[in-house]
Amino acid sequence: MKTFKRSLMAAATAGVLAAGSANAQISDGVIKIGVLSDMSSLYTDLAGVGSVLAARLAVEDFGAAKKGMKVEILSADHQNKPDVGSSVARQWYDVDKVDVIVDTPNSGVALAVNQITKDKGKAFLVSGAASSDLTGKACSPNTIHWTYDTWMLANGTGSAIVKTGGDSWFFLTADYAFGHALERDTEAVVLKGGGKVLGKVRHPLNTQDFSSFLLQAQASKAKIVGLANAGGDTTNSIKQAAEFGIVKGGQNLAGLLVFITDVHALGLPTAQGLIFTETFYWDMNDQTRAFARRFAASNKGIHPTMIHAGVYSSVLHYLKAVEATKGDDGTKVIAQMKKTPTDDPLFGKGSIRADGRKIHPAYLVEVKKPSESKAPWDYHKIRATIPAEQAFRPLADGGCPLVK
Amino acid sequence: MTEILGVPTQALFGQLLIGLINGSFYAMLSLGLAVIFGLLNIINFTHGAQYMMGAFAAWFLLNKAGIGYWWSLLIAPLAVGLTGVVVERTMLARLYKLDHLYGLLLTFGLALVIQGVFRNEFGASGLPYRIPEELTGGYNLGFMFLPKYRAWVIVASVVVCLATWYVIERTKLGAYLRAATENPALVQSFGVNVPRMITLTYGFGVGLAALAGVMAAPIYQVNPLMGADLIIVVFAVVVIGGMGSIMGSIVTGFLLGIVEGLTKVFYPEASNTVIFVIMVIVLILRPAGLFGRER
Repeated sequence: MKTFKRSLMAAATAGVLAAGSANAQISDGVIKIGVLSDMSSLYTDLAGVGSVLAARLAVEDFGAAKKGMKVEILSADHQNKPDVGSSVARQWYDVDKVDVIVDTPNSGVALAVNQITKDKGKAFLVSGAASSDLTGKACSPNTIHWTYDTWMLANGTGSAIVKTGGDSWFFLTADYAFGHALERDTEAVVLKGGGKVLGKVRHPLNTQDFSSFLLQAQASKAKIVGLANAGGDTTNSIKQAAEFGIVKGGQNLAGLLVFITDVHALGLPTAQGLIFTETFYWDMNDQTRAFARRFAASNKGIHPTMIHAGVYSSVLHYLKAVEATKGDDGTKVIAQMKKTPTDDPLFGKGSIRADGRKIHPAYLVEVKKPSESKAPWDYHKIRATIPAEQAFRPLADGGCPLVK
Repeated sequence: MTEILGVPTQALFGQLLIGLINGSFYAMLSLGLAVIFGLLNIINFTHGAQYMMGAFAAWFLLNKAGIGYWWSLLIAPLAVGLTGVVVERTMLARLYKLDHLYGLLLTFGLALVIQGVFRNEFGASGLPYRIPEELTGGYNLGFMFLPKYRAWVIVASVVVCLATWYVIERTKLGAYLRAATENPALVQSFGVNVPRMITLTYGFGVGLAALAGVMAAPIYQVNPLMGADLIIVVFAVVVIGGMGSIMGSIVTGFLLGIVEGLTKVFYPEASNTVIFVIMVIVLILRPAGLFGRER
């Protein structure tokens, strides 16, 4: 009798579990987050391992363990090669049962993963990549573009510079999807503001020596040399521009995409006075400072970039949506994420548009002079805040098929 | 203003000069490789990592010991060269009798390990290293602005390259070295300590890489990966010049710097592939390289 009762109970428990899983629909009982990033090359410090850490902190802060949700974080290096990134994404989705891919700096890789994610009905939260095409002609019901994009950078930095008289430009552009998008979006802003583009040169990704390109920029006599590149390419261009006396010669540099890790790498004496746009700075309020302290403590003192903040914020919002839908079906979770307003300690309150664009304010910042910096990583002062509704490309202009 | 293919001649002069400057790095690095290959028959894939170590040594000396650029030019190559000596004694010396492939695999693996350790420790963004006070600023040449530092690099590297060539090709010590590679047993029977000579040669080659690293530190970021991309190009330079040919690698280094510089003007997108295209053409037409001897 006793055995019978026990087996009855076991059967009942099993039934409850089965019913539970039928409702919850979390595939294989685990939510798997794949951080696909540059772990070995020029974008490592601004995304890379820091992004894995940010995802982990988000899972902790969400309290997944307390809520009985099992969350696992995987990571991989895409080596800035779209083919490598694609095969990792396929392997993750098909074999490892990964539910969501996050971060993914390098627009070339991100655009490839964007398509795969759509085909497989999974979820893709882009923080690292910049191309505004991700919410434009390549927009997808399975992708949210979180932190920033080329339109926002162009609009923030480009228009601020054109307004202060920088009306003739020469572009130094990284020769792949990201550089092209950034150059295109900035050129549009410059032309709209009545400026003109005197020339452009496309350099291969991960170039060491920029002197030849800088000489061409110098010869163009453009007032502004726009750097449509990122990471190591940007720091090398800025450093060598100083060497070749670009700024002393009366031309100005516009770093269109600069991260705090780049400023750190250059040092304030070289980087001072640079103006650029970002959506997160660690020293804005108590919450961002607390996050930065926690982050830096486990990341060799390196403070979070906006990409790291975006990974944190997007993973947090994703887990909330999984909790609400009780499932990890990519398309459904993304739909839920778009429906719910966002709220997190780093970006504050925000929302996600139909085209997958996450909306929050952007900040035009200037790098401090060495004398103004009071502590390590005290690098930026905020010159202007661009409100959320003006920071990003208007919904109707992107040409995203999801917007009716 | 006159133009060549749509590019003003003045701008072209500037680009030629820039090419020459980049070429001087290629020359210095390929020279070290050529010396090591010519005398040890080792394809030293660690060369890029050793170049990077030179730059890091300069950074350490400045930031931890307060030793400036000029002393670094001396101390960093010695220190890195010493690590080379250790590597040669403990590892490479066991491989001389085996196929080239073993040396290549060992040095390649070593390069990956060294770069991995540095990247883990210092990240990939690199560290700043400033141009020494005396060499900031530049000259206005009319057709371009030439930073003083770059002018110094070009002069220094020409001197270093020619001195090395002279020692190996025109002195008694060089004659010993060359003889030892042809027939070590015979040279040893004359009472010359061949293994020690080989060890010091490797140390010297590594020191050359480190010297190039110190000279590169103020121009590029001091970055764990600074040698990884460069080394492939430098190998192409060595192959084009002819494996083991000292003068060949120097001349080819400067020449390819110029070709690359010109590509950056006429078709910048191809600037990181042009050297390999040339390599393919040279290998088809002259398999031993421009200055190499058929063996």
